[in-house]
Amino acid sequence: MTNLQTASPETKTVAAPISPEKKPKVRESMGSLAFSRRARARAITKHIILIACGAIMIYPLLWMVVSSLRPNDLIFKDPGLWLNTLDLSNYSSGWSALTHPFGHYMLNSAIVVIGCILGNLISCSMAAYAFARLKFTASKLFFGIMLLTLMLPFHVVVVPQYVLFSQIGWVNTFWPLIVPKLLATDAFFVFLMVQFIRGIPKDLDEAARIDGAGHPRIFLRVILPLMVPALATTTIFTFIWTWNDFFSSLIYLTDPDMFTVPVALRAFVDSQAGTSWGSLFAMSIVSLLPVFLIFLFGQRFLIKGIATTGIK
Amino acid sequence: MSALGELSKMKRRTGAKSAAEKRDDRRDNKAAYIFLIPWLIGLLFITIGPMVASLYLSFTDYNLLQAPNWTGLDNFARMLRDTRLHNSLGVTFTYVLVGVPVQLAVALLIAMVLDKGIRGLPFYRSVFYLPSLLGGSVAIAILWKQIFGTTGLVNQLLAMIGIQGPGWISDPNTALGSIILLHVWTFGAPMIIFLAGLRQIPAMYYEAASVDGASPWQKFAKITIPLLSPIIFFNLVLQIIGSFQAFTQAFIVSGGNGGPSDSTMFFTLYLYQKGFGQFDMGYASAMAWVLLIIIGVFTAINFVVSKYWVFYDD
Repeated sequence: MTNLQTASPETKTVAAPISPEKKPKVRESMGSLAFSRRARARAITKHIILIACGAIMIYPLLWMVVSSLRPNDLIFKDPGLWLNTLDLSNYSSGWSALTHPFGHYMLNSAIVVIGCILGNLISCSMAAYAFARLKFTASKLFFGIMLLTLMLPFHVVVVPQYVLFSQIGWVNTFWPLIVPKLLATDAFFVFLMVQFIRGIPKDLDEAARIDGAGHPRIFLRVILPLMVPALATTTIFTFIWTWNDFFSSLIYLTDPDMFTVPVALRAFVDSQAGTSWGSLFAMSIVSLLPVFLIFLFGQRFLIKGIATTGIK
Repeated sequence: MSALGELSKMKRRTGAKSAAEKRDDRRDNKAAYIFLIPWLIGLLFITIGPMVASLYLSFTDYNLLQAPNWTGLDNFARMLRDTRLHNSLGVTFTYVLVGVPVQLAVALLIAMVLDKGIRGLPFYRSVFYLPSLLGGSVAIAILWKQIFGTTGLVNQLLAMIGIQGPGWISDPNTALGSIILLHVWTFGAPMIIFLAGLRQIPAMYYEAASVDGASPWQKFAKITIPLLSPIIFFNLVLQIIGSFQAFTQAFIVSGGNGGPSDSTMFFTLYLYQKGFGQFDMGYASAMAWVLLIIIGVFTAINFVVSKYWVFYDD
């Protein structure tokens, strides 16, 4: 567990019971130097560097937003961010540019995302409970295998998976995208949850056990309510990864009725051949909006999530 | 510990059990396997089964319609002669060997600037992190295609200072570079991990070094790098594994054909074309196993070399 909460108070609420050995931050001695002129000059230089870097990074995104709101021809002429008139026509033409209105693809994506989130929450938390709390034969072997699958490239399994799913008639359905998640194949989340459960004091399980609770009850009534932050992190990451996932949709969804947002956008690119960047940009922004909202409201879980799996 | 730490620790742990462990040796096999049912089914049917099947298919000629036809090492012999495949390996290696180190260096640099108790940290962190959430999407790949196009944003800006830029993604010399730049742009996720790691380095080490008159470079080389090395290692291993599998950006930017002149024909893109464009699934499976072996070798080298530079505190 990291000490991110020392840097930002808002992460404090997710300061999970993961690590009992948090080290206090001991950088306060920097404060005595802060007023010296040199230190101030250095701080200002740093801010200038950071603002410059940040501006370069964010500029393309802002420009895409602005460009989507102005006439098509300006996209090839105007690199600035100044908006003279607000032109929403790109959005209306982009929305209805494909066989179905763009909302249809958003809905398809939403169905897949919800299925994947539910799948990951249920299956990964169950596996994590077993790995973190239960003693069983070959537990270390299985745990090791689980960690190894974390590093397995998807391509090694994709051809036979495709053969399997096409033989049971699942091509052009959402099942090939959702079913693997119901089977805890996202080892990243199993690992994240194992780490989290290990940090929950065992006394709580013991108390419940003495009161006569079995494992299903301990899992549902004691562990699950305490691991809500880990479940939130899982939900958010699953949302973003599934929403952005292109490869599986490209392979399994060839019928325009079933297109998710990424493959719909790709079909849009192909059909336009670079003629109407405005509406293409407009729909790209529409497709990024859910991810951006999740980022705004779920940032602390995201940061916690990657820092946790990265460090401890 | 990180996933990598867990893996390397497992070897050590398999030794003799402690007395405390023996005392507490009752097992809950039944409950455990019930909780693991979904995972075990997934392991069998979604992971290990398909892995074995793809190993088998790699020795066959298979087009999805007829039964696989055993051809021995034919696919692998074909790979040795397939110059487009060799080119795609070159493209992927360039992407990994340039993109990953540059991205991690930028991530570490920004993390270090952000670390020293800077004001507005949450704001900066958000700004730098956002691109790594969006970077994998088709939408951003579309944006990149425009930005680095002949009349794209980059050339519009260059025109303002009187430079006529090339068509970055239509020129075989710069197309791959544009995609590598997109990878570097998503440095936010490793940056967050570096930030968290930097926070674990006690400030007194730096203070003691200052008292002894150490230069900033010495502090960086003798304190920051050794103490951060497990995290650099973690980022390196995961980014290498991930980058070998990069697909979406190359697919969208090149319109699915890996062009111009195969300069963005990533190994995974070629695999997709063979397997799902031409339904040459035996060959695609053989390619997938080559990819697995390459990633395995890279990861193994990483672990071996790590003994010489990664420093574990405990």
